[in-house]
Amino acid sequence: MALNGSETAISRRALLQRIGQSAGAAMLYQSMSALGFAGESTYTGPIDLSGAPRGASVLVLGAGMAGLVAAYELQRAGYKVTVLEYNQRAGGRSWTLRGGDEYTELGGFRQRCEFETGLYFNPGPWRIPFHHHAMLDYARRLNVPLEPFPQLNVNAYLHSHAAFGGKPQRFRHMHADFQGHVAELLGKAVHRGQLDAEVSVEDKEKLLLALRSYGILDQDYRYLKSPLTSNRRGFDKDPGGGIDSRPTLSDPLTLSQIVQSGLWRMLGTSFRYEFSPSMLQPVGGMDRIAMALYREVAPLVQFGAKVVRIDQDERGVSVAHVDARRGGAPRTSRADWCVCTIPLSVLGQVELRVGDAMSAAIQAVPYEASVKVGLQFKRRFWETDERIYGGVTFTDLPIQTISYPADRPNTTGKGVLLGAYIFGTRAYEYTAMAPDERVRKAVEYGAQIHAQYPAEFENGISVAWHRVPFTHGCFGKWTDALRDKHYDNLCALDGRIVLAGEHASRLPAWQEGAVLSSLDAVGRLHQRAIATHAGAT
Amino acid sequence: MPIQVRDRGHPSNRAGDARVARLLPRVSGRAAALLLMLTLAAPARAGDEAVGLVLPGQMPLGHFDQRGGENLYRAICQGCHMPDARGAQGAGQYPALAANPKLASSAYPALTVLQGRRGMPPFAESLSDEQIAEVVNYVRSHFGNSFADNVTPGDVARLRASPSTPGKSP
Repeated sequence: MALNGSETAISRRALLQRIGQSAGAAMLYQSMSALGFAGESTYTGPIDLSGAPRGASVLVLGAGMAGLVAAYELQRAGYKVTVLEYNQRAGGRSWTLRGGDEYTELGGFRQRCEFETGLYFNPGPWRIPFHHHAMLDYARRLNVPLEPFPQLNVNAYLHSHAAFGGKPQRFRHMHADFQGHVAELLGKAVHRGQLDAEVSVEDKEKLLLALRSYGILDQDYRYLKSPLTSNRRGFDKDPGGGIDSRPTLSDPLTLSQIVQSGLWRMLGTSFRYEFSPSMLQPVGGMDRIAMALYREVAPLVQFGAKVVRIDQDERGVSVAHVDARRGGAPRTSRADWCVCTIPLSVLGQVELRVGDAMSAAIQAVPYEASVKVGLQFKRRFWETDERIYGGVTFTDLPIQTISYPADRPNTTGKGVLLGAYIFGTRAYEYTAMAPDERVRKAVEYGAQIHAQYPAEFENGISVAWHRVPFTHGCFGKWTDALRDKHYDNLCALDGRIVLAGEHASRLPAWQEGAVLSSLDAVGRLHQRAIATHAGAT
Repeated sequence: MPIQVRDRGHPSNRAGDARVARLLPRVSGRAAALLLMLTLAAPARAGDEAVGLVLPGQMPLGHFDQRGGENLYRAICQGCHMPDARGAQGAGQYPALAANPKLASSAYPALTVLQGRRGMPPFAESLSDEQIAEVVNYVRSHFGNSFADNVTPGDVARLRASPSTPGKSP
């Protein structure tokens, strides 16, 4: 699109304004879509909370992304903010494990991260889509350096234990060959007139040309071994320099091999909007954005506070909390308002004075199971031996995903990769294992894809989200039926209490959901605070 | 939330048909007819999940393979309720199943497994009536529980189908 840069952006805005005035909202929306405005994150820039009532106070429960954003924006707006956090650290699920870190999961299973200095593993969120504008804006405003996260790597693998004798297949082969064969079938059908009822005469010739381009078909609409097809799927021997530099062309997989393998199921994942390029990550670990926010509000945060009761009346909110490690008698904190970001899996067990509708919503949402395993290897063999620099391998083995580190590509020394990222029934089974057994299994299964595993493995650490003491689960597992019944009630302001977090968003498990939910919550709270203050004076 | 009747394969197809029906008014007559023809005539009629199509946050659950109460407990329940069934305490808690008087009524644990309870996910779609009966009977006769009456797969099937199944809140 030619519309770029600030000058054209202004004229674009003016144009939209004119369309909006003359043709109404529906036309405006259509025009916005055409100009690429709509359909993205609802984030429109820093929130404006001007006019906060003098002396008004807010209790923020939880110092994950939602709580930190709420605290940061509310204190900037002039509110008196206190944050209560169960953990001894900020960030919540925006969490990075590094060498020397200790982690004890529910049941008392203790692990020590043995990674070398500088290497890390993100048990929770680990990548940021290009359209998560709020996350990207906070990273920019707080000077958190980001780097590319190459989710889609055509040289990584698709793998099934039951296909190709268990040999992993390069993504580029499956992708190019599936596209080529499908284009060939369609090209033949169109050429023979078998789709004349569906394709107009005017479109037919152009479609045939397009299919040749799309699938790399020869003039007879065949997808065959050729310099052109090897130039998409790769060569058996790459072109070189000097003598003996001639490339060896590669043989495409057959259509039957591809459809029988079932690997086509995995071809589309990295093209889903939430995973499609570009994705980004903070340099040094996902917790860097949360930590940057925390630095802005550190004096307001009280760690080790386990919330046991949330009460409210016409004048304010009282929160009873006990020392998370030592227990003892509850202490009470009080403020005019409360932003509660405690996960529903925990909040559902806290005594809470809200209406029946919000209460039912809190109780209604089950939490998803998920398990991740981080593995350290003596050398980055996936790069030196297999030329995989970042990105994701998908497999039907229980480990489901292997992801290669995006940072420090092509360096010598050790490396940490994501050795398992598990959902579904397997996530429950891996949650039920002891942490070291999860690591052992990740190495055992991973060796079916990378034979170097047993010789190069050094140590690992695993996080099963239902065993995580501060969340009791990974994220809110909404269904359409649950959302229809409860979502609005969950998000609605109840007296002086508002909930925020990924569970109060339509971006499940994403940090962007937590942030957008939090901004929406504090915006509505702010309006009510102003209205209440005006009514009282 | 109503319990979903386990009829594997079919619900997702019905959902697919509904989606096609919703699409129809927005496409031309000829294209709609083609779309309908393709959908109805397609030999492979797996659900969206089976062909790798999922919406954000809606990961397919699948079905557990384990049989026998102890195997099921070790593979699933102990993740939260712990190997000794004493539960766990964090920011919230997982209740102990050991010596738990709430297990006196076999319908209570059976319904909990089927429907979930608060943060606990439902297992109606991932466990059969037989598996649920096995694991409920195992828990009710171990860990300091000694309830003699066994729940049968038929009992579980009736709970699964019951329109008066209570909601998720205890």
